[in-house]
Amino acid sequence: MKRRPRAGGPARAVRHERAAAGRVRLPWARTVFWLYAATLMLPLLWMFGMSIRPNEDILGGFSLIPERVTFENYRTFFEDQAWYSSYLNSIAYTTLNTVLSLVVALPAAYAFSRFRFAGDKHLFFWLLTNRMAPPAVFLLPFFQIYQAVGLFDTHLGVAIAHMLFNVPLAVWILEGFMSGIPREIDETAAIDGYSLPRFFIRIFLPLIRSALGVTAFFCFMFSWVELLIARTITSVNAKPIAATMTRTVSAAGVDWGLLATAGVLTMIPGAVVIWFVRNYIAKGFALGRV
Amino acid sequence: MSETVAGGAAVAGERVGPGGVAASPAPEEAAARPADPRPKNNRAWFLVLPVVVSVAFTAVIPLMTVVNFSVQDIFSPSDRIFVGLEWFRSVTRDPEVRSAFVRTLLFSAQVLLIEIPLGVALALAMPKRGLGVPAALVVMALPLLIPWNVVGTIWQIFARGDIGLGGWLINNVLGINFNYTLDRADAWITVLVMDVWHWTPLVALLAYAGLRSIPGPYFQAAQIDGASAWATFRHIQLPRLRGVLTIAILLRFMDSFMIFTEPFVVTGGGPGNATSFLSILLSKIAVGQFDLGPAGAFSLLYFLIVQIACYVFFTVLTRAGR
Repeated sequence: MKRRPRAGGPARAVRHERAAAGRVRLPWARTVFWLYAATLMLPLLWMFGMSIRPNEDILGGFSLIPERVTFENYRTFFEDQAWYSSYLNSIAYTTLNTVLSLVVALPAAYAFSRFRFAGDKHLFFWLLTNRMAPPAVFLLPFFQIYQAVGLFDTHLGVAIAHMLFNVPLAVWILEGFMSGIPREIDETAAIDGYSLPRFFIRIFLPLIRSALGVTAFFCFMFSWVELLIARTITSVNAKPIAATMTRTVSAAGVDWGLLATAGVLTMIPGAVVIWFVRNYIAKGFALGRV
Repeated sequence: MSETVAGGAAVAGERVGPGGVAASPAPEEAAARPADPRPKNNRAWFLVLPVVVSVAFTAVIPLMTVVNFSVQDIFSPSDRIFVGLEWFRSVTRDPEVRSAFVRTLLFSAQVLLIEIPLGVALALAMPKRGLGVPAALVVMALPLLIPWNVVGTIWQIFARGDIGLGGWLINNVLGINFNYTLDRADAWITVLVMDVWHWTPLVALLAYAGLRSIPGPYFQAAQIDGASAWATFRHIQLPRLRGVLTIAILLRFMDSFMIFTEPFVVTGGGPGNATSFLSILLSKIAVGQFDLGPAGAFSLLYFLIVQIACYVFFTVLTRAGR
């Protein structure tokens, strides 16, 4: 750990002002980080390697570099309707869930950050507790309810079911951001004659743009990777990709190549989402109050 | 995010205990935030209503059904007997449940002890500008974006000694005999390493966002005082990370304590019961044996333990450093 040199003079101090923001200089740290990132990628690269090899090569023995390269698995994926339609199902309900979670969580987060009301403390913690229900037993009533109300095997059904854990998280993250925005803005807008909905859409939402990006990423992520609930309340029309992947286990053994192909493809939508919100995360979540 | 979430956590903290103030090194902030400036307005309930309705639909009705299971002995849908708290008694006395509880607790403790410091360290080391930023963010986010059963499958292959790179390296390069399907310790290590691989990026991303929100003048002040890197971290960065770390610790605790899909795919709870966590045992009782009564009671106790632990974490973390 090195001591940072003191600023040499006013001019240097000014130059440092931007350079110093947000960091402590540790010269070897960046190298260690990229080494870690490379290690992190190893299992993923291995999976990619499996996806472009024939099954007999995968099981035939260990080899670092694939001897024979084939894109047969990718062709199978995009030609077999069961595969690509479940991929689209996952994208559909995940997107729907992200939108619904945000729409529902925004006013609630605003209420928690701006007002005190009867039972607010309990309500806030109660929301969080819903992330903690162990799924194994809760799945059975889920199945019954979604069948009873006609949401079984629909994209909307899965999207609503996933709100169970995404809405509390969204409220939690958004409330944190909103509390960072000075209340004076609300008051000024009210004096200027803005109604609450108009103020919220025209002024407040643009202010918390980055919060929306970050929250959307987390909602998308948790809905995308969830399997147990999604599988329980769907059969064909809204079947998630992760459930279709269990199909690769047959009497003839596991089709590792196809499984790896599907695994590689499941990473793409999320990678696209993180690409869009990268600036929001990189800029930090600081707003107001600094 | 630290800044704002610390504020959020402080607001939430005020709900837990009276008179909370954001724990922040900036005195003007403390002054600007008296006990609770929010006006009291019960009409705010209308804003929370959609959340309450949607969550009630997805949470309360299933919960009631599970409570119903837990107090009955169910032979068939039409033939059931009320047994009171009998299932709760038998579940808490079951040695298998007790050992799974200890195992799960140990696993969560190890996960938190490894992932939180490692995540913060990675966040400190991540690039701050240039093309490295999006590259690092995407790389770190990738493990989070893989469906959980696929994570299990990846590691099932990767850790195999014969055809997986990870297992092969340990066996042939390090010369250690490693087989997660036979050796209890190896199975445990595989599941633990998998979890660290999978979830440390979440902590790192949250901490990174928190670090990026610390205003530059704080660092200049530290620099002028000649603070060491450690002192800067301890007194400037760490306190400002409290908000995001609260989220990270709670999420990691809940999810590791309820971990199911990944170990289920990789080890299936074995060898023996080496990685048989509470959730795996529960699904064996509920889905495998279809004993809804004990499974219901088990679920409720499980739910309660996670809630109490989270409440303790939440309270301690929002009050720490005041």
